[in-house]
Amino acid sequence: MNKIDDRLSFRTGSVDMTHGGGGRAMAELIRDLFHRHLSNPILDQGHDAARFRVPAGRLVMSTDGHVISPLFFPGGDIGSLAVHGTLNDVAMAGARPLYMTAGFILEEGFPLADLERIVLSMAHAAREANVPIVTGDTKVVEKGKGDGVFITTTGLGVVPDDVYIAVGNARPGQAILVSGSMGDHGVAILSKRENLEFETEIRSDSAALHTLVAAMVTEVPGIAVLRDPTRGGLAATLNEIARTARVGMMLDEAAIPVKPDVAAACELLGLDPLYVANEGKLICLCEAEDTERLLEVMRRHPLGAQAAVIGEVVEDENGLVRMKTGFGGQRVVDWLAGEQLPRIC
Amino acid sequence: MKYVDEFRDRNLAEKLAKAIATEADPSRHYYLMEFCGGHTHAIFRYGVQDLMPDNVTFVHGPGCPVCVLPVRRLDDAVELAERHGVILCTYGDMMRVPGTKQRSLIRAKADGADIRMIYSTADALKIARDNPDREVVFFAIGFETTTPPTAVAILQAEAEGLTNFSVFCNHVLTPAAIGHVLGSPDPRDLEQVRIDGFLGPSHVSAVIGSKPYEAGAELYRKPVVICGFEPLDVMQSVLMLIRQINEGRYEVENQYTRVVTREGNTKAQALVDKVMERRDEFEWRGLGTVPDSALKIRECYAAFDAEKRFAVSEKQSREVKSCECPAILRGAKKPTDCKLFGTVCTPENPMGSCMVSSEGACAAYWSYGRFREPAKKKEAAA
Repeated sequence: MNKIDDRLSFRTGSVDMTHGGGGRAMAELIRDLFHRHLSNPILDQGHDAARFRVPAGRLVMSTDGHVISPLFFPGGDIGSLAVHGTLNDVAMAGARPLYMTAGFILEEGFPLADLERIVLSMAHAAREANVPIVTGDTKVVEKGKGDGVFITTTGLGVVPDDVYIAVGNARPGQAILVSGSMGDHGVAILSKRENLEFETEIRSDSAALHTLVAAMVTEVPGIAVLRDPTRGGLAATLNEIARTARVGMMLDEAAIPVKPDVAAACELLGLDPLYVANEGKLICLCEAEDTERLLEVMRRHPLGAQAAVIGEVVEDENGLVRMKTGFGGQRVVDWLAGEQLPRIC
Repeated sequence: MKYVDEFRDRNLAEKLAKAIATEADPSRHYYLMEFCGGHTHAIFRYGVQDLMPDNVTFVHGPGCPVCVLPVRRLDDAVELAERHGVILCTYGDMMRVPGTKQRSLIRAKADGADIRMIYSTADALKIARDNPDREVVFFAIGFETTTPPTAVAILQAEAEGLTNFSVFCNHVLTPAAIGHVLGSPDPRDLEQVRIDGFLGPSHVSAVIGSKPYEAGAELYRKPVVICGFEPLDVMQSVLMLIRQINEGRYEVENQYTRVVTREGNTKAQALVDKVMERRDEFEWRGLGTVPDSALKIRECYAAFDAEKRFAVSEKQSREVKSCECPAILRGAKKPTDCKLFGTVCTPENPMGSCMVSSEGACAAYWSYGRFREPAKKKEAAA
């Protein structure tokens, strides 16, 4: 390797304006950090545009900006999250992800050691998912104009011919499944937020779901809807589906998996786990007769071991999501207005 | 979850529901006011109403700290942040409450005012320490539950010699509000609000004890049952109230014995008493001006009193016209009686405080219970 000047000391250095200036410093950053860790045959072509062949079929594409605080959290960091988030968006179309891109906005003064840690984590996540990052971009903004690092990723994938997953497919009578416990990611993040730190063993569930999805669509190509309940949690995602498809939902609170630690943290903070973000879980709507087969496939996959049926789609043109409470009553599970806030009284 | 699930047990709920149905006299109706937004929230979140016989009605009380703050005080807070250039620290619930001309703290923040959402008074102190060249004001709201932390923050600031920290004090007192609801129903209410008994505050009573309610119960001859915030607490308290009403008793009973004593937390009371004293009167949204119903900072701590440090201007503060929050807070109207409910006023675009706070009755109706009421028509319009 060539001599690295002191701006690129990954032990003590930090990002400065020259790293986005188009000169030698930028070239070195790209070469010694991004290319080195994310290396693959397409990226290594070294062009601004990645060139590749695509298989026959329908392509899907999705893009997602990641602006998380804190950047490092139990169970992941912004790097792994940026990979998982986009892969999951592609996978929720029932697609097999093929390629990804990554755009970085770095804030002046951001430690290079942290940046390297993030890029290594992205590289690890992409390798594990077997989806290469084939092109990217770096910009630097002045101190105070960013929050350390923002990462935007785009994913490209291909959908099997017999799979037509769409939110509008929700119909009364379908079963509602989730792949595992709700709220892990959001609680892990909150536990590390400044001003709110608390001790917990909870780790983010951040994970790439495309292999779970592949197993599911192979077994039941007729899956109606797949969604990953990220921001706004289970409640927001179900409301979105209900509104789009003009159907109602009836959930069974007792059937919704929530880890005791997550339930306890939410209780303490006055939050509802149904509104807390997930980054490695999916919601699936399928015909009632496919439920058992699908559950079995999901439970055989490590990311679906806690899969459960949590309710059913019902007729309701107002699109209300309702729930039988564990207490024996009934309530609406509404959209979240603004952000969930810890209680004050 | 231990110590929580026990209070949400379905089998126990069914047993209590049976007992309530058996003991409630079918020839009469029971109107029970749950004072706190925390109770309203529990009733709706767990569907407690579904387990009640038809002749038990919950009347929602004014015990939501965000809801009862009058618009003028909110406008003052906005002015502190905008005109006096202070760092205004506030609990998150306050951020979205619309002030005059629907100007909220969150809008002021978007326009450049330095407003920070905090989780505790310790955060406000830290901000003051970290910004020695800025004035930092803590926007203190709430009932007796949130008052001790405010008092502690002032004492802490004094001990540390923090000269850039002050408190905009809006703490209010529960027993005065209960007395007001019972004693002077607003003449605007077409029918007098009917209340047969109270589900008394839980967290508030942990601080002040059950004793302060005794005089009011005796004076107005209404039973009070101090009631925890879990759904089984609510159901057990309803049963206790029905028994008192059936027997013609009007005592202060304590269902929440695992936390509340008759004397309360005397240490916390002493801390509050050291730093604060009663105001002669205070304006409440919905209740109007209520004597002896709020606290201000004592003269000896004037250095930490934002009202003394900054002159706020006289202003013509106004709530949104036809918003029924005031009548709803008095228990005179239900959220669904309001023309704005679910049409122009929703949690995303609140016109009044009761739709903002998670403890507000309108938010509880809308978010948890709107399939119950004949609000379908409005919903379709929304």
